[in-house]
Amino acid sequence: MATEPVLEVVDLRASYGSTPVLRGIDMRIGKGEIVSLIGRNGVGKTTTMRCLIGLLRATSGQIRFQGELITDLPADERARRGIGYIPQGRQVFPRMTVEENLWVSRLVGRGDGRRLTDLVYQHFPILKERRRQSAGTLSGGQQQQLAIGRALVGNPSLMLLDEPSEGIQPSIVQMICEVLRSIRDQLGTTILFVEQNLDTIMEISERCYVADKGSIIAEIGRDQLQTRDAVRQHLLI
Amino acid sequence: MFAEIFSIAFQFADVFAFLILAAAGLAIIFGMMGIINMAHGEFITCGIYVTVICVQHGVPLPLAQAIGALSAGLVGIVLERTIIRHLYHRPLDSILATWGISLMVTQGMLIVLGSSWQGIGTPLGSFAVGGYTFSTYRLVLFGAAVGVLIGLYLIYMRTNYGVMARATMQNADMARALGVRTQRMYAISFGLGAALAGLCGALYAPTMTLIPTMGITFIIESFVTVVVGGANVLLGTAPAGILLGVVRTILNAWYGQIAGQIGLLITVIIVIRMLPEGVSGWLSRRGG
Repeated sequence: MATEPVLEVVDLRASYGSTPVLRGIDMRIGKGEIVSLIGRNGVGKTTTMRCLIGLLRATSGQIRFQGELITDLPADERARRGIGYIPQGRQVFPRMTVEENLWVSRLVGRGDGRRLTDLVYQHFPILKERRRQSAGTLSGGQQQQLAIGRALVGNPSLMLLDEPSEGIQPSIVQMICEVLRSIRDQLGTTILFVEQNLDTIMEISERCYVADKGSIIAEIGRDQLQTRDAVRQHLLI
Repeated sequence: MFAEIFSIAFQFADVFAFLILAAAGLAIIFGMMGIINMAHGEFITCGIYVTVICVQHGVPLPLAQAIGALSAGLVGIVLERTIIRHLYHRPLDSILATWGISLMVTQGMLIVLGSSWQGIGTPLGSFAVGGYTFSTYRLVLFGAAVGVLIGLYLIYMRTNYGVMARATMQNADMARALGVRTQRMYAISFGLGAALAGLCGALYAPTMTLIPTMGITFIIESFVTVVVGGANVLLGTAPAGILLGVVRTILNAWYGQIAGQIGLLITVIIVIRMLPEGVSGWLSRRGG
């Protein structure tokens, strides 16, 4: 990784009650990189994402975003500084329309919300078509597009995606991968995503962190990512 | 015949106005934050007393009513910042705390202001239809109730605050992760709920005798309307007001006030049994 780090995580630890879940996560991600975080079920991937956005408080360790220490900042402040979050299960606002879901991000985002909304509609034309429809009535794939679009409207420097391919048909996953790559190329957005789907990982990852038992146990570089077996062995349940 | 029909419509409008104005603030606080505000009656009382005191000091009634509503809203924001904010996601604790506030305020007012206070007269006089006489001010109250519903719709559907508040209501964690300052949303919403309770008191101030425990007069109707309407003030409160207004008007007309009150409670029991999430929950599910 040659570029300056957008996200730097040092010995991040977190617990649910008295049960430690993260036991020392270390990551360093440069501007414009697309990096995945992989591992078996229950190794702390989603918890890492929740800690990075600030929905779960770290018990110790450091998170630096664009050089600034954000470990103790609340989630809303991290979002306002440029971290976009697309959670597992999408979590769109179900009783609000597609347009209103995007409107929320536009209100608190950092960029030209109107231009970014147009960009979202350009990448995901189905959202424009259904902009007056309640988000809860969209299909899983459409909700995922909305969740990504909603984060994008906030003009994030870093996007955190938690299992973007979960429960979505392959053609939509393929389209989402293309859009994510395009967002990175157009806006220079850095992307960190948690994933279990081998095809998705190999499709867009440029680098890969492997988590196990709450810490990072390996890093897979660009060259190794070309070999399915190198990745697959870390996903076996 | 027209006079009888008008009389029934007038009574319905009166009951509807009372239910909507009494419940709107409670519905916002419950729907937004899941807080069952047992001090709701005291916010209403605050609106009544401030209005009456202002009028007795020469402030014109409409301005006094606005001051009454704003005072209750301000007290609401202070209470939210100091006590309520520590009790989110602790429903039983919040009930206990707001009940405690209610008791302290009521007893404190009894000590400081005494057991009764001179009221102000009902303005605007009356008008006659057929052989019946009606209070003009009651029509103003109906207009105010409709105005509150329209105002709430516009606030929640057309303003930036409304969109962020609804997002917070539906998924607070996700709203926060998008940058919404949810604590601020809660404070504003609690203040708005308290101000609406104060407005209710301010509007009814000219029609009542003032005693510190008068908030209780509004409490049953408020809770009944919120339970029937459900957590969504936009979808539930107006239909609940119409349903309960019809039930109460019919029973009042046929069997008297006590039957009307019993009818409300029976309606609640039936609605809880058939629509546990209230009218708004049922409408939400139907709408997908």
